[in-house]
Amino acid sequence: MAKLILKNINKQYDKAVNTNAVTDFNLQVKDGEFIVLVGPSGCGKSTMLRMIAGLEEITSGEFYLDGKLMNDVPPSNRNISMVFQNYALYPHMTVYDNMAFGLKIRKTNKKEIDRRVREAAEILGLQDLLNRKPKALSGGQKQRVALGRAIVREAELFLMDEPLSNLDAKLRFQMRAEIAKLHQRLGTTSIYVTHDQTEAMTMASRIVIMKDGVIQQVGTPKEVYDFPENVFVGGFIGSPSMNFFNGEIVDGRFISEGFDMKVPDEKLAMLKAMGYVNKKVVMGIRPEHIELQNGEVGACYELLRAKIIVSELTGSDMLLYSSIGPQEFIAQVGSRTIVSPGEEVLLGFEMDRAHFFDFESGKRIKAYDSKQLADAPEKAYAAEPVLRYV
Amino acid sequence: MKQSYFDSMKNREKVLKAVNFILLCFGSLLFLSPLWWMISTSLKTMKEVMSFPPTFFPKEWNWDNYIKTWEAAPFDLYTINTVTITILVVVGQVLVNSFVAYGFAKIPFKGREVLFAIVLSTMMIPGFVTLIPQYVLFANLGWLNTYYPLVVPAFFGSAFNIFLLRQFYMTVPNEMIEAARMEGASHFYIWRKIGIPLTKPALATVAIFSFNGAWNDFLGPLLYVNDENLYTLQLGLQVFKGEMSTQWNYLMAGSLIVLLPVILLFFFFQKYFIKGINLQSGGK
Repeated sequence: MAKLILKNINKQYDKAVNTNAVTDFNLQVKDGEFIVLVGPSGCGKSTMLRMIAGLEEITSGEFYLDGKLMNDVPPSNRNISMVFQNYALYPHMTVYDNMAFGLKIRKTNKKEIDRRVREAAEILGLQDLLNRKPKALSGGQKQRVALGRAIVREAELFLMDEPLSNLDAKLRFQMRAEIAKLHQRLGTTSIYVTHDQTEAMTMASRIVIMKDGVIQQVGTPKEVYDFPENVFVGGFIGSPSMNFFNGEIVDGRFISEGFDMKVPDEKLAMLKAMGYVNKKVVMGIRPEHIELQNGEVGACYELLRAKIIVSELTGSDMLLYSSIGPQEFIAQVGSRTIVSPGEEVLLGFEMDRAHFFDFESGKRIKAYDSKQLADAPEKAYAAEPVLRYV
Repeated sequence: MKQSYFDSMKNREKVLKAVNFILLCFGSLLFLSPLWWMISTSLKTMKEVMSFPPTFFPKEWNWDNYIKTWEAAPFDLYTINTVTITILVVVGQVLVNSFVAYGFAKIPFKGREVLFAIVLSTMMIPGFVTLIPQYVLFANLGWLNTYYPLVVPAFFGSAFNIFLLRQFYMTVPNEMIEAARMEGASHFYIWRKIGIPLTKPALATVAIFSFNGAWNDFLGPLLYVNDENLYTLQLGLQVFKGEMSTQWNYLMAGSLIVLLPVILLFFFFQKYFIKGINLQSGGK
């Protein structure tokens, strides 16, 4: 069990080049949290994890584990266990020996080792594989052994570096649930790195979204999904991605190329208050907040005529790749919809759920400032317009 | 019946195989002929060895040449001496070079590449250039007429073996080392428990090379060892080389006996060359 404090952490690989792999990383992790670091490749998330592990030096900043400064503690003395993407099992040892390795180093007595290894094997369903060598295991089984090796140590902190990337889609789905279950059972503070936003959304207690070594947003999956701090987070979290339209706020309407629509009163008031009238903004709306309309219209929908380019059935849903004039976007509708490419349809935009971003900085325009959010997030979110869940 | 394309391909393959087989047989006979000449000489009488034209097969098979050879000098003692030196050299070469190679491959430290380049550059210096300085050094240390000059250098690494083992260590994924570090293992422990088992094929190669070197070393013992009680087998064989004449039959018999362990070792360790360990962390 552990609390982490990461304070102004920077990582610079080459002092001459003067570019940071991680810049001014600040995060406090509560005991038992499951933190997911997510971002595109090269965003510094793995580097951050390796600094916590002690495998990379922290260029500047402080890392505290349970109040103890860890910057110069070697990885072997940190009591942190880590799961690697390629499992990193020892090929010449059996599953049992792989799991017992760390305990043997710590000179745990044989009975205790045996008890812990068998317990971990039971949790992970590895009882029948204890005498096998890694070569004789499937990808999913190897991943389980790697997890087992991490949990037998009963370390204070689990680190996982893209542990599911080498598995096929179905197995990844399964292991995702298993890791979540494992975390619920053990309650060990965990930090998990992935580039897959679905993994982040489904597993995390809090998500840290990174880009170019800088934190873009920290929040629960729901927070980052419903209130993305900027265009990057809006586009990165959620699949299919959020649709973005460039435009201007004029006379209470959002004017974009090829169409314009009314901005709901609450949003308009907020935009006015923040001084965005007659200014360029970016409007973002998720595909599931655009619906196909046939006559009856809800109050908050803005109707627009759009042309279907292509429709894609994902099973439970249908994605309509549509266009209004030169602008293309995706609408996510029910799977029973019948439309054909080239057809003109009426689409309803649920504008209550739309977000407006500053055109220059890409930051979401909101009524409160970030200081308020940091001090009292509950209050800050209360200031958000009440959402209508349909 | 018309021959199909596949039939003609099969026939072609058969012919090719036959040609290959004949060529290889011829080649191996060529390479085996000196060995046969050794065996045949070792079984002849001295008179037959010197006779002209030389005989390919001995007229009389004098198997007791071997017993006479062994009894001509204290070869039992020489064997013990040689075995002692060889074991020490092999142990030293395998352990020390493996340890150094692990460091060069897996522990990042400042100046590592430069240091490694310096180690490699020692390979460029011909052994004979350092022969006299080395002799002077060992003489000053008072190590003449002891095994120290033959054994101690083996515990100070050799550039070629370090290079060979380092290349092998490079194929061990870094994550494996990092995983062990995270679990609390020291580098020494990782080298012992993970490094050595995973580099077994390369270690076997190093062991064979250094065995060969130590076992067949003639110049080293000749330079540093004067006391007949400290003689190795290679020095011992010199008893058959007189100033006037050489007893070729006994020399060949002795050489064959001395050669035997080397040949056996190659047969025994051959599988290590072929096998190799899948280092992809139990991957495919």
